[in-house]
Amino acid sequence: MCSLALFPPPLPYGQTTVCESNNELLSGSSTEDQLKQDFSPPSLSFPRESLKLHSRTENSSKAAFLDHSETLWMRSAAAWRDGGLTGLLNEITNSHPHVPKWLSMSSGCILALLRWVSSFHGSLFPHLTLSSEDMIAEFSQVLNWSDCVVRAFAWHPHTDKFAVALLDDSIKIYNPKSATTPTLKHRLQRNVAVVQWKPLCASALAVGCQNCLLVWHVDPCSLSTRPSAGCAHVLSHPGHAPVTSIAWSPSGSLLLSASPMDTAMMVWDVAAESCVPLQRVGGGGVTFLSWSPDGSHVLASTPSALFRVWETRMWTCERWPCIKGRCQSGCWSPDGSRLLFTVQGETVIYALTFTNTPAVPSGTSKGPHAAVVVADLSETTFNTPDGDIVVGGEIQSLAWDPRGERLAVLLKGDPRAADRSPIIAVFKTRVRPIFELLPCGFVQGEPGAEPRLMQFHPNFRHGALLTVCWSSGRITHVPFYFLSASIPRLGPSGSPTLPHVQERPADFANQSLFTELIS
Amino acid sequence: MFSSEQSCWFIRKVICWRAAASIAWAVLLLPPSTAIFVFLSKFSVLHPIQTISECFSMLTSATAIFSFILLCGVIIMVGFLNFEYYTVIPTIACSKIALFGQLLHPRQLVNSLVHCIMGMIVAWCSAVTIGFRYETLGHPCAQTDGYHQMCLNEYHLILLLGGAFVGFSHSLLGVIHNMNYVSFHTVQQYKYLRFKGCLPLVVRCSATQALYSVRNFIVVYYFLGHIPRTWICKTLNLHLGSSAHPLDSIAGLLDLSLLYHLWISATFLLFTWYIMLLLFRIFLTEGYSFPVQSSFTEDADHCLPKVLTEKQPMLLKFLALQDLALLSQHSPLRRCEVFSLSQPGGHPHNWNAISKECLSLLADLTQRLVAYHDTVATNGRAKSLSSGSERKTSSETSGTEDFMSPRPTAFMKTPASVFARSIAGGQQSPLTAPFTPDLDSPFMSPALRRLAAPVEQGSPWYGTVQSPHIMRRVPKLWSTSTDSQVNGSPPPSPASVPSDKQEPSKPSFLAQFLQNRREQVLKPCLKLPEASSQALFADSQAHIWALEGLSYLVQASFSEDQFGVVQTTLPSILSCMLVLQEAVDRHFKLPHASSKPVRSTSSMGDSTYKTLRFALRATLKTAIYRITTTFGDHLNAVQLSAEHQKRLQQFLEYKE
Repeated sequence: MCSLALFPPPLPYGQTTVCESNNELLSGSSTEDQLKQDFSPPSLSFPRESLKLHSRTENSSKAAFLDHSETLWMRSAAAWRDGGLTGLLNEITNSHPHVPKWLSMSSGCILALLRWVSSFHGSLFPHLTLSSEDMIAEFSQVLNWSDCVVRAFAWHPHTDKFAVALLDDSIKIYNPKSATTPTLKHRLQRNVAVVQWKPLCASALAVGCQNCLLVWHVDPCSLSTRPSAGCAHVLSHPGHAPVTSIAWSPSGSLLLSASPMDTAMMVWDVAAESCVPLQRVGGGGVTFLSWSPDGSHVLASTPSALFRVWETRMWTCERWPCIKGRCQSGCWSPDGSRLLFTVQGETVIYALTFTNTPAVPSGTSKGPHAAVVVADLSETTFNTPDGDIVVGGEIQSLAWDPRGERLAVLLKGDPRAADRSPIIAVFKTRVRPIFELLPCGFVQGEPGAEPRLMQFHPNFRHGALLTVCWSSGRITHVPFYFLSASIPRLGPSGSPTLPHVQERPADFANQSLFTELIS
Repeated sequence: MFSSEQSCWFIRKVICWRAAASIAWAVLLLPPSTAIFVFLSKFSVLHPIQTISECFSMLTSATAIFSFILLCGVIIMVGFLNFEYYTVIPTIACSKIALFGQLLHPRQLVNSLVHCIMGMIVAWCSAVTIGFRYETLGHPCAQTDGYHQMCLNEYHLILLLGGAFVGFSHSLLGVIHNMNYVSFHTVQQYKYLRFKGCLPLVVRCSATQALYSVRNFIVVYYFLGHIPRTWICKTLNLHLGSSAHPLDSIAGLLDLSLLYHLWISATFLLFTWYIMLLLFRIFLTEGYSFPVQSSFTEDADHCLPKVLTEKQPMLLKFLALQDLALLSQHSPLRRCEVFSLSQPGGHPHNWNAISKECLSLLADLTQRLVAYHDTVATNGRAKSLSSGSERKTSSETSGTEDFMSPRPTAFMKTPASVFARSIAGGQQSPLTAPFTPDLDSPFMSPALRRLAAPVEQGSPWYGTVQSPHIMRRVPKLWSTSTDSQVNGSPPPSPASVPSDKQEPSKPSFLAQFLQNRREQVLKPCLKLPEASSQALFADSQAHIWALEGLSYLVQASFSEDQFGVVQTTLPSILSCMLVLQEAVDRHFKLPHASSKPVRSTSSMGDSTYKTLRFALRATLKTAIYRITTTFGDHLNAVQLSAEHQKRLQQFLEYKE
């Protein structure tokens, strides 16, 4: 088992991680110290002040207008349309002089009864009492989502473009090969929780937000900087909001969406705009989805101490009860055989192994019996020249690079203690022939900037490229240069080549290329 | 044309059993739903205990058992009708007149009548079950002179008529919403789970539909209720009760308990029928695993490559294509069999047959789209594709059989079969022969002319439909659409492809008459704009599976194909997909083609067919991307025409 004690100590104050090369994490004093690379995605910065935030809330707009002089019928109809049954009852209860007393009394009673029942339901599943914004913040993979300038980030699975969702509910698409930066805005696109590009497609981007799911079609050849709302398909299902997680199937045919309010997980046929709900009552909702890269399994975690692993052929699931808390995050190895996950309230990473038995023609998979602990990330004190630094604790999210050689772990830290800020710990991993986890180092940003969100580039040729969004609104890319031990899966031409060694700083050039194992 | 014994094999051994199983399950589900109905119909808030005891005594009584047997009979009949009328390719009416024609079709009239009678039977059963004032048609009443005579119980009558009305409107809505259309799910699930998932929808649909039907029925009864009442009184020699006010008045109809009982019995009726329909759909569309190859020659007919080429029944072809899409995606072992070579000889028969069939399906769709676009471009408006009656001229009729899957035997038969001829042709381009004399004729369709021009065998364009850009340059030499229909290529309507149990387009006389008249007078106001586009893609589920199957197989061949059997077909697969892509792109530029239909969630009618064209477009793009992503720059070595190379380069750079 790997633990944080084996890690090299964090960088001294003021240093930032630049890249990994020759098996060592290199640091520089500022981000301008980047190495020359043949591929350098733009490093972006979104200062909070530059964003124009709107302070409107949809519900309060009614109060801004003059008092209603409509008839009771009109108001009731409007209330029914806007707020459903509860809205109607509220309206009837509140308009005393116009309705008979018995009616307002009885509707008030029914309303109280409904509230009592829903509070009972809420006591079973406490997350149901949260507002939808708090709910997204609670279950998002982004650390401290509500305060985050960059709320979601997604690399395109095949090209070098990426989408960034910002605090002002707009989404920007950056493509190093094109000068235009399309900005996507839509009336329904509020509180974006997650974005993901459709695999095997150049243009489709799915966006999970507060009320619905949007699928944008952003024509890569178009020169327009503001694609119209007509380019977006709205996918919504009653009771399926807010959407906190989405997952495209690796074959690009299906889209899964999950909401903590809905016990059903939706399987969307996006082109037909139809959905199949996969309902399982236990757990009280679905918070996080992760589709294995080989397409055979889907991890679906719930707000309770329970998660499910679906197999995607016949859509049956295995239940995995946890002991302590809900499953916070998870990621799959590239061949889909191994699932790493973390549990809220624990500081360890678990692993589950799935073996596909090819002898069985139906492709059923035989699941494991118990999860094993593979890494312990409990608090560890490092003695550095700047003093003792405590690192470790609960885990916010996991990311595994597409080759299966680097695993990044975003540690939550402790917001109350100043010396325990969030940090990213990176492991070296090997999936074959046996699963190995070795320490690599910590990725740190500028002083005062906390990591909020991270993602690996899906097809970086020279190793792995970790993109980190910081609390300062900055997006940086940390490359990990290494020679892949396994044959790359994506495309035959993707054999990794080392970047130009001679361009490195001279003091690192004499380091040996041999991989030294620390454990 | 087709081997009858094999379709018999499939219908006898699979479809019949599935239908029987669905009926059996529907009958098994009848007791619980009846019990719930009895409880709901007798429920009273004030006496809950009494309700339960009444329900128990009711359920064990002799009349209940008799009516239960009647209900079973109705369910079996409904199941039989489902089996008789189902189709996997929906019939899409392109105008309101055509829809009207469908409604007045004799076959449909029979269906409506049977549903009417069954509705009445179910209503009688529910009347008996509810008991109370609904139980009998007549009741003794005392007249002024003290003489006892039988009076009409109008409550019983209104329930019976309500049942008949609901049954009738169910059958009408079945036509309008294409309820006999059986669609295939994108997600494979076990039958029980699928049933469980759909159950809330069925309950909701039956309740809302019953509400609407009862509302309509009350309106009808208010105006026309006296006619059946007096007729019944006259024939059965009953008297009208003078005491209560008649029910076709406002005061009579505003009886809440009556309305509730009407609604609950209509809900019960629709619920049992919908359950039957749901079970039938679930059982019928369950995946069937065909063997890829068999070591016994007598089983060769049951193998996937053979079954794919079958045209009858349509369900067999669909299930075979679905199986192909699934095996190409999920089972490496069966893929291995597809890529294997025959044991003496070393020919890739399995792959050849499968790819040939899939490619001919796609080429057929391309041709259909090109022809449709051509018609629209020529006349400025789309020709209706409704029932195919007007263009069933002598020479083309025989061609429709070949459209789905042409064979070399039917090769030189008709122009239609030329278009649909298979790609992987080893034939020595004989297609010029029958048409050479016609080449100068002004009535020659440009599409035909182009195909008739000698195509060199080695070129990758051989056997594929050429680019529509070239077609556009050819002058159009005729102006009326009928000419192009007769001499050129008729856009093969999917509705005219005979599917299993589907009436091969013989509309009633009235429909035909109206269709002929419609062109001049009624067209602008009665045309359903999207419908022609929908009709064009009505059977596109088959194309979607063919695209998925081909692309997954090609993707898998990158690592699994030991003998390189796929490589030989790769150019034709790519060019076929690219040509189709071009045709689809052009089609979506037409007006109404890209407008999305309104999503209706609360209907049992399956509206999947309305969005099939979007699904096809997305699948096609994904399929091409799947191949380009897998093969990457190797595709530059594949022999393709310059235009296709350019197009492929767009895909390789992710710019489509």
